[in-house]
Amino acid sequence: MKRNYELASLVLRRVLGALPVLLIVSLITFGMMRLIPGDPSSIIGGLSATPAQLAQIRSDLGLDEPFTVQLLRWYGGLLHGNLGRSILMGQDVMSVTLQRLPVTIALSAYALVITLVLGLASGILAALRQNTWIDQLAMMIAMLGISIPNFFLGLLMIIFFAVRLGWLPTGGYIGFTDDPVGWLRTSTMPAISLALLQVGLLARITRSTMLEVLRQDYIRTARAKGLPRRLVVMKHALSNALIPITTVVGIIVSLLVSGSVVTETLFSIPGMGQLLTQAVLNRDYPMVQGGLFLVTAFLVLINIGVDVCYSLLDPRVRHG
Amino acid sequence: MDSGPAELEFDAEIPFTREHPAWATLKRLFHHRLFLFGLGLFGIILLAAALAPWIAPVDPTKLAMRFKFRPPGADFAFGTDNFGRSLWSRVIWGAQLSVIIGFSVVALNAVFGTLIGALAGYFRTLDNGLMRVNDALMAFPAILLAIGITAVLGPSMLDAILALAIVYIPRTARIVRSSVIVLREMEYVQAAVAAGAGHWRILRRHILPNAMAPLIVQLSFLFAYAVLSEATLSFLGLGAVPPTPTWGNIMAEGRQYMIEAPWIITIPGIALMITVMGLNLLGDGLRDVLDPRLRIQQ
Repeated sequence: MKRNYELASLVLRRVLGALPVLLIVSLITFGMMRLIPGDPSSIIGGLSATPAQLAQIRSDLGLDEPFTVQLLRWYGGLLHGNLGRSILMGQDVMSVTLQRLPVTIALSAYALVITLVLGLASGILAALRQNTWIDQLAMMIAMLGISIPNFFLGLLMIIFFAVRLGWLPTGGYIGFTDDPVGWLRTSTMPAISLALLQVGLLARITRSTMLEVLRQDYIRTARAKGLPRRLVVMKHALSNALIPITTVVGIIVSLLVSGSVVTETLFSIPGMGQLLTQAVLNRDYPMVQGGLFLVTAFLVLINIGVDVCYSLLDPRVRHG
Repeated sequence: MDSGPAELEFDAEIPFTREHPAWATLKRLFHHRLFLFGLGLFGIILLAAALAPWIAPVDPTKLAMRFKFRPPGADFAFGTDNFGRSLWSRVIWGAQLSVIIGFSVVALNAVFGTLIGALAGYFRTLDNGLMRVNDALMAFPAILLAIGITAVLGPSMLDAILALAIVYIPRTARIVRSSVIVLREMEYVQAAVAAGAGHWRILRRHILPNAMAPLIVQLSFLFAYAVLSEATLSFLGLGAVPPTPTWGNIMAEGRQYMIEAPWIITIPGIALMITVMGLNLLGDGLRDVLDPRLRIQQ
């Protein structure tokens, strides 16, 4: 009972703490569209647009109204989940986002699983075999991982696995609920190319955190009292090392969503990244504004979740 | 008999040998093998960028259709692309562009990141406001914010620099701020306050020089992110506009021909990798030597 109350107050505090950030994020996304030099309507309408068409575009975007009215409209819309209409898609920004975001989430989640498995395993292994060839090999691969651009890796994988060997399709996307095997076939290469940077980062962080924990007195005590090495590593060292690593997960998710922009474009995956790139190239300003805000809000929520997990794992943070 | 205090005699016999601290740091850096390797890799790119007019005199935008799709060989060291342009010239001039963009983003970060971080860390009244805006900017996924900003500014090299500077300055400011907060409470700083030094002097003479180590480490990694992000933007068609050669747009154009002419994407890709890896190794080395608390390689 007391624990439930504690958890609820913790979540509430984190959500309240995130509100100012969300407010400023929404102000920035609102302000960005107003900073476009010149008249957005003439950019959207093109050179052949008549004055009447331009006026129509301005009134559709609400640009003919005073600044404060536009601002109030933007916040009123936000509260109603109404972020305007996408010019490119001809649909509500919110509903387009709700169609596209799950694709990006599925891809990022797949990449996150790859990151956690490979990153943690190689980091732990490298720490346990410190200064051996295993350690050096793992850290060399990690360095390669953080140095190879994900679109370059993606291109190389397309040439090799899709074109030369013909194992996987070169691009496209099949939803997980439509056909799980098809989803795996279309998502595996994108997820690997997306994950590799984060695998490298996580392996390096895991290794240094593990080394730090392994040097602690309580590890020496546990070994000295005769506990087997495997038990000490898994129970005493790993469970303590994982706590600080949790905080990195929020950063990794943000990097994955960021990286998905180019990965989705490369593999023709209809997710948020591809949508926003198309929106920018086609000057679909309402879509850029709304999409950028929604993706960022989503990441803020993820970070609240990570924060809560972290506090639950580490009582010092919860009470501190 | 007894002649004066012993310490004086002792002092007089020992020659003054203490090294300048900067010299000691440099010596340690030059014994760091991975740092030297990184310096070598990045050095190749820097040299190519600096010597571009001499080592790649052929105009990187010059079309020569009769030479199109030549594989790397004696005539064209890196081959040619779909318009018969020399890839050697394009990749080397692309290196110059990457280096210019990297330096510009790093310079803007060094100035504005330090300024914002120092103000937020030193003046408590400014901290809350500045850091909320900072947090909000950091909440955006980096590349998405950059492409959002290019939507406003339009695709060009200068706008890519501005967009990347805006994306990364909050991250730099946060690092400077956390050093300044620690240093602000140090006794020697309080002694300077007591001695009547003004805020400006304290920040410039007493705090910022000691906050440099983590900043320098951050800036070397930032150079890598900036080059990588610019390549990503121009790969998406949101960076410098063709025919200006950047590694990203060479790869974007080469994508359609990746089966017949894989060298068009592979060579700039490898150049990009060499740059990023060189800078990452440099950053690791600097961190090991300048800021041992953050050490990753033990």
